[in-house]
Amino acid sequence: MEIKIILNGKSVTDLIDADTLLIDFLRSHGCYSVKRGCETSNCGLCTVLMDDVPILSCSMLAARADGHNITTLEGLQEEASEFVGFIADQGADQCGFCNPGFVMNTIALLRENPDPTDDEIRAYLAGNLCRCSGYDGQLRGIRNFLDSRNKNGGTHGE
Amino acid sequence: MENKDYKSINHSVRKKDSMQLLLGKPNYVDDITPKDALVVKLLRSPHPNAIVQEVNKTAALKVPGVVDIYTWEDVPTNRFAIAGQTYPEPSPYDRLILDRHVRFSGDPVAIIAAETEKAALKAMRLIKVKYEILEPVLDFHTAKDNKILVHPEEDWFPPCPVGGDNHHNLVASEVNGQGDVDTVMADCDIVIDHTYHTKAFQQAMMETFRTYTTMDRYGRLHVISSTQIVFHVRRILSRALGIPKSRIRVEKPRIGGGFGAKQTAVCEVYPAFVTLKTGRPAKLIYTREECQIAGSPRHEMEVRVRMGADKDGRIRALDLYTLSNTGAYGEHGPTTVGLSGHKSIPLYSGSLEAYKFSYDVVYTNLQPAGAYRGYGATQGIFALESAVNELAERLGMDPTRLRDQNMVKEGMTMPAYYGETANACALDKCMERCREIFHWDEKYPVRDMGNGKVRCAGVAMAMQGSGISNIDTGSATIKLSDDGTYNLIIGVADMGTGCDTILAQMVAEYMDCDVDDVAVFGADTDVSPYDSGSYASSTTYITGKAVEKACAELKKNICAIAADMMECDPQDVIFEGSQVRRIDSEQSVSLSDISYKAQVCNTHAAEVTATHASPVSPPPYMVGMVEIELDKLTGQVTILDYKAVVDCGIPINPALARIQAEGGIVQGIGMTLMENVNYDSNGRPIESSFMQYKIPTRLEMGQLQVEFEHSYEPTGPFGAKSIGEIVINTPAPAIAHAIYRATGVWQRELPITPEKIAMSGITEQP
Repeated sequence: MEIKIILNGKSVTDLIDADTLLIDFLRSHGCYSVKRGCETSNCGLCTVLMDDVPILSCSMLAARADGHNITTLEGLQEEASEFVGFIADQGADQCGFCNPGFVMNTIALLRENPDPTDDEIRAYLAGNLCRCSGYDGQLRGIRNFLDSRNKNGGTHGE
Repeated sequence: MENKDYKSINHSVRKKDSMQLLLGKPNYVDDITPKDALVVKLLRSPHPNAIVQEVNKTAALKVPGVVDIYTWEDVPTNRFAIAGQTYPEPSPYDRLILDRHVRFSGDPVAIIAAETEKAALKAMRLIKVKYEILEPVLDFHTAKDNKILVHPEEDWFPPCPVGGDNHHNLVASEVNGQGDVDTVMADCDIVIDHTYHTKAFQQAMMETFRTYTTMDRYGRLHVISSTQIVFHVRRILSRALGIPKSRIRVEKPRIGGGFGAKQTAVCEVYPAFVTLKTGRPAKLIYTREECQIAGSPRHEMEVRVRMGADKDGRIRALDLYTLSNTGAYGEHGPTTVGLSGHKSIPLYSGSLEAYKFSYDVVYTNLQPAGAYRGYGATQGIFALESAVNELAERLGMDPTRLRDQNMVKEGMTMPAYYGETANACALDKCMERCREIFHWDEKYPVRDMGNGKVRCAGVAMAMQGSGISNIDTGSATIKLSDDGTYNLIIGVADMGTGCDTILAQMVAEYMDCDVDDVAVFGADTDVSPYDSGSYASSTTYITGKAVEKACAELKKNICAIAADMMECDPQDVIFEGSQVRRIDSEQSVSLSDISYKAQVCNTHAAEVTATHASPVSPPPYMVGMVEIELDKLTGQVTILDYKAVVDCGIPINPALARIQAEGGIVQGIGMTLMENVNYDSNGRPIESSFMQYKIPTRLEMGQLQVEFEHSYEPTGPFGAKSIGEIVINTPAPAIAHAIYRATGVWQRELPITPEKIAMSGITEQP
């Protein structure tokens, strides 16, 4: 079947098998940031945005994305660059395999709630597993990013 | 001694690969695999013990896109081990690429190579296998001397004498000790005697096992694998495939976590075999389910602890017996078990008069175990630290003060640790500091919250090693590049831990340059100098020291080139980082000019390889304290607070050391409270996905706080010891202790689920 999606701002038309999962479609179109960590919607590694809402691309058929906007980390390099340095400063990137899904969901969180509390961060990102960092370094990184942004004149809700 | 004025060491610099990783660049095996690679899939046995009588692949071969299907009849008959260990390996040679005798539910029966995953999976369903089903050994208590043999084959071969005997389902056994335990025990006021059980927990690294293989332009097998052990993989493949090592090149790209899982060549042989047979690129990516049922998890162990003490709390005698379940194959079986005693008993070197440590490692028809962070020490420390807490509670003593009077202290000899001396040991300071930041005296008493919930605390100590003494070999190559910067080339594998970066920090410190001026490459058997690999907490301590040696040599060579340029004797010049200066003069040449001169009619190598090994393995030490809230109705345990103080010598990169500690603690919490391993009637793990095998999320770990107490290890680079493994060891005994405080019941089996607590017959609080 033929699908047409807007992938990172560019129109992509392709013939796919009806049972193609979105994650496999995205990787076959060069979006290697999208990772598979389980097959059961439990790890959050494959998180991408569909019409700006975070979804698990391992649990969605590519066909369901037909006509929609899909954004992967490849399309958000600039927005991600703003804060991932703060994660790097904590050494919380570690093996890196969960990073893209974590970064995508954090971007979604901060778009939705620009000034979250620690508990709001934990709750929003609860579905993003990480086996290396123990999570606290990721939290410190996000917190430092928010503090730095607020200190540098960024206003809440910006 | 400790120098506080380091420019790069003891600084929290960013990992060299961090922005690549955080921005999702293609860094991993499956990101750099060409699209035309054959997809390799494994048909696995549904039976735990069976003989393959017939494989009918006629229909499967007709599936469009299927290239070939291989069975036991197609593979070499040379037995090998897949454990990543230095040759001759302690692990027995008990595997074939495909064996007619399948020994666990999940053992591969056929290798399918196809153009697409879909074709491979369709073919898998069409292969018809006839099995002669045999009775399995599924209970590790009954394995030794059982009439059913997991490995009856005559060509079973142990490269090292480790007390194994395949005719008794025995992989290894040993008895060692010092002094007369029974006599001392008989003289003790109190004897604690309990058995502790830990299960085959999964590393659950986020990137599953995976390997890509191709033939290179010289007709050699080029293996790109997510592995901690490139050189061991080359040796293992050479033996398994029957081709010389000169025909094999193994490299690793970035690795999506290892935790020891990738210290075993779990999946490399299958695509390598396909590439050799077909001449085509091939890749094998394990599913999460394959990782859970046919991976390389922690050895299930049962540790019996007998501990003799006086009523004043002096621990005088220890007797540990460990029964370890290696599953269907013996990788890491003979060695993990040793740590259950050798890296627990020495914690109590302070007052111990006698100890005995004995063990048996048995085969069963279950998923084979392997290496997992902590490597047996985790199991032994859960047992011994729990027993010490039981002793404290029996004596009515504060368990931290009881440890104060028994623990190993700097300068002591540790008889149970191969007689090594604790040259750098701040365990006493760790305890003192942890008590302080945790507010132990306030949190230890049980507090009834008045809503069916109680709050209380638990404590544990831990140790590990720094590399394997007299075996691990680390190397580093350093090259002066032609603008006065450096290339560092290593054979250890950064699996997220940051070793590329901390080794570069060492180069920067020695060569007096910026960390950014050091480019790092690893690991590739064609390019890297030999290194055992990243395991056994060896990288910082062993390979770090090789870096130190290489830097010292390179400085000499740089000075020799500079002396030529200044037409003086090399003894008359001094290395100053950005330049070399003639002593007692203003004459100097810049490093940049030296590096260009190194390429013009030069006979002094501007690159050096150095190698290091150590006769000792200095232990890091640690204290962990946990505060929990326990719901007495449901048995639910909530971690409120986890504080830990670690002595890893001098931390090379405090941020990365802290993340190691935090990550290890959370992994330890998972193993203690939620990660369960149950088997169906065929011995297949029921928790075969992340839906059932629940690893901690960020909602289940409470508040973490990690601090460091410094000791200075004289044999380590910049006084460093190790950090990677020790950090997983304290949660289990500390949390089990707190649960006892809340319920009055000792939980001696992990994981301690809410059901177990609720059903345990909660008694009055102690």
